[in-house]
Amino acid sequence: MTRITTDTGQIGAGGGDDLNPQVADGGKRHSGSLGRREFLLTAAGGLGLAALAGVTEELVGPSGNSQLASMSVPEQVATHQWAMVIDLRYCNGCKLCTAGCQAAHYLHQDQTWIRVFTMRNAAGDTYHMPRPCMMCEDPPCVPVCPVSANFRTDEGLVLVDQSRCIGTRICMNSCPYEARYFNWTSPLAVARQPFPQEPEWPVPQVEGTVGKCIFCAAMLPSGQLPECVTRCPMGVLYLGDLEADVAVNGIGNTVKLSEFIADNDGVKFKESYGTHPRVFYIPGHGQDLEADADAT
Amino acid sequence: MTDHTYHSASSVSEPRSTPGALVTLTESSAMPPYMQEAMRPVLETPRWWWPSVAVLSAIVIAGIGAWAVQVTDGLGVSGYSDKAFWAVYEADLVAFIGVSYGGAVVSAILRLTNATWRAPLTRIAEATALVTLPVGMLFIIPHLGSPWRIWELVWPPYWNLSSPILWDFFAVSTYLLATAVFFYLPLIPDAALARRWLGEHETSIRARVCRQLYTLIGGRWRGTPEQSKLLNGAIGLVAIMIIPMAVSVHSVLSFAFASSSRPGYLETIFPVYFVVAALYSGVALVVIALAACRRLWKLDAFIEPRHFVRLGFVMLAFGAAYLYLTFTEYLVDGYSGTVGNAAWVHQILVGRYWIPFWFYFVAAGVFPIAIMAIRATRTVAGVVTAAALVVVAMWVKRLVIVIPPATEPIVRSPLGSAGLLGGNWGTYHFTWEPVTITLAATAAIPLLLLIVFRFVPILPVAEMEELAMPEEGLR
Ligand code: SF4
Ligand code: SF4
Repeated sequence: MTRITTDTGQIGAGGGDDLNPQVADGGKRHSGSLGRREFLLTAAGGLGLAALAGVTEELVGPSGNSQLASMSVPEQVATHQWAMVIDLRYCNGCKLCTAGCQAAHYLHQDQTWIRVFTMRNAAGDTYHMPRPCMMCEDPPCVPVCPVSANFRTDEGLVLVDQSRCIGTRICMNSCPYEARYFNWTSPLAVARQPFPQEPEWPVPQVEGTVGKCIFCAAMLPSGQLPECVTRCPMGVLYLGDLEADVAVNGIGNTVKLSEFIADNDGVKFKESYGTHPRVFYIPGHGQDLEADADAT
Repeated sequence: MTDHTYHSASSVSEPRSTPGALVTLTESSAMPPYMQEAMRPVLETPRWWWPSVAVLSAIVIAGIGAWAVQVTDGLGVSGYSDKAFWAVYEADLVAFIGVSYGGAVVSAILRLTNATWRAPLTRIAEATALVTLPVGMLFIIPHLGSPWRIWELVWPPYWNLSSPILWDFFAVSTYLLATAVFFYLPLIPDAALARRWLGEHETSIRARVCRQLYTLIGGRWRGTPEQSKLLNGAIGLVAIMIIPMAVSVHSVLSFAFASSSRPGYLETIFPVYFVVAALYSGVALVVIALAACRRLWKLDAFIEPRHFVRLGFVMLAFGAAYLYLTFTEYLVDGYSGTVGNAAWVHQILVGRYWIPFWFYFVAAGVFPIAIMAIRATRTVAGVVTAAALVVVAMWVKRLVIVIPPATEPIVRSPLGSAGLLGGNWGTYHFTWEPVTITLAATAAIPLLLLIVFRFVPILPVAEMEELAMPEEGLR
């Protein structure tokens, strides 16, 4: 019997938009393919430019986690590596996550930082797929910004510095997940905020700049779950920490992250794009995956 | 010998010159006989000049006003949305920077290939390039969501050298400098000649101001063999350099689109595609500029039908190449059948974008080829009509390049069951702001040309002198 996860992968590979199956790897970097920065470095090396160490360093870009950086500087082990698990088996498409996120960050109606897509499976049934920012380990949105307004923290969060963004929107072009939203008009008026306006809590949004899901970065240090995770009544959304190997949802379930993903055939969205997302999907809603998952 | 070439020109000039001037002209062997023609736009103010400047300025001011509205109300007023994040300004940026290529082609390529017939055209071509490029560059401003932070692009600590947009900015800025130098160098001997000519013929305040300007540009030009050698060397060098520079500008511009995973943008053909498109529309713009200058300042004696026909063939070559590239791009992407790629090809050919695409196909694909193929239409009027259509249709084609991929839904059901025409395609709606801004940029080009030719000789007199001898042989 064919594993359904493999099916999904094949279907996806044909369509280009895939939920590729990946053996859970604890979010570690894949070594098989050439990442964007490695590619640039290789190209630069091939051109004999590697000698220009300064330039090369620049090419690596402002994002952390590059292999070059880890080679030259002994990497400081961050205490957290944030991730998310989205258990599609239980999502009923109520969109309370979207509403909660929009309320918390004072977003316009069409700024769906977490958007619930309605998808169709092989049997023709619909299922729902919430899509926050994937917090890619090799985020294509970061290197394209001319003024380095996008960056990746050592805890694995991709954030936007809205005090620097000039609004070229090239990052919206690069993101394969449509996860970025522009502030086309003035943002909504906000009430007093618990955090200062900063990349970790970009509230209010800044007109003429790009915004996106931030994993509610400012709330995480105090142990609070992201707004969408808290709001989900079905316990679909889990905040995970790859470092502690644990994931927690809003209805009080705590799971061992790696096991949970492995046992349930967790996949990453469009893994073939080389983005190495940190959001894991457990497929299944309407797809009858559970029986096959047992076979693993 | 030399005045044989532009014989008709000398006869045109006769009734305008004072008897004294005629004597000086014939006596002075170094003074080209068509100086009068070259200087006429500088010294005379035709009746249409001020009204034209007024109308064009009004359009430009309206554009600035529209931009002010956009800045106040946000980029959203210009029809953008998250489902159409790039549209008209990005197409404008590509199209306007593209048309500035005409100068590089007509001047540099014809210079390097030693096509002597180029002589009377180079000044107009180079001036067109010089004024179009900054206008194109200005589209960065309405394109940006936060234009007030544009200074960050020139603030090195913020630079991200892995960004194609930053390299766009570097490439276009360098190219602007090169275009200015390319305009300036051939002007040196002309300025020296014009200065002397003005000294002999004109005493008006305008003439005196211009003389000051010419002293600044060509005051130290004596026309000695060493100077000539140096200048020709420099022009040759810039002509060689400006071609790879022009190629790199449009290649890098295409990377802003192509360096993404988005279907319709991720195209290895894009750099070539953009360069050829730029050359194509650029030559077309030069044709229009030449026709306009010829009509307005009665330069029929210099800019002849054969020039239009030859440029028409150059245009034809680029147009055919571009048609071919379009064909290969669509064929391969459509044939691949991958959902993302097949979808946008489908939308362009028979879906929501079929009108602009087929407009391009007819107006800039088939029509110019037909015009040049049929002997009866291979005339000045024919070539100019074709060129006008090419400029417009190539702008439309840029919209077809920019908008469909930016509006395509890329998060689809893994099964793609929504079908090619389905899915949540975004829509770009034109609003009056971008239309006005685009029209303003269009008006800025003739406006700036009218102003430039108030100050510099419209014909490259020194170059025409130099090339007149071999030209005799060619004719
Ligand atoms: S999902 Fe998009 S916005 Fe988020 S890190 Fe990846 S590329 Fe960037
Ligand atoms: S993690 Fe926070 S910012 Fe991201 S979708 Fe959830 S609520 Fe919105």
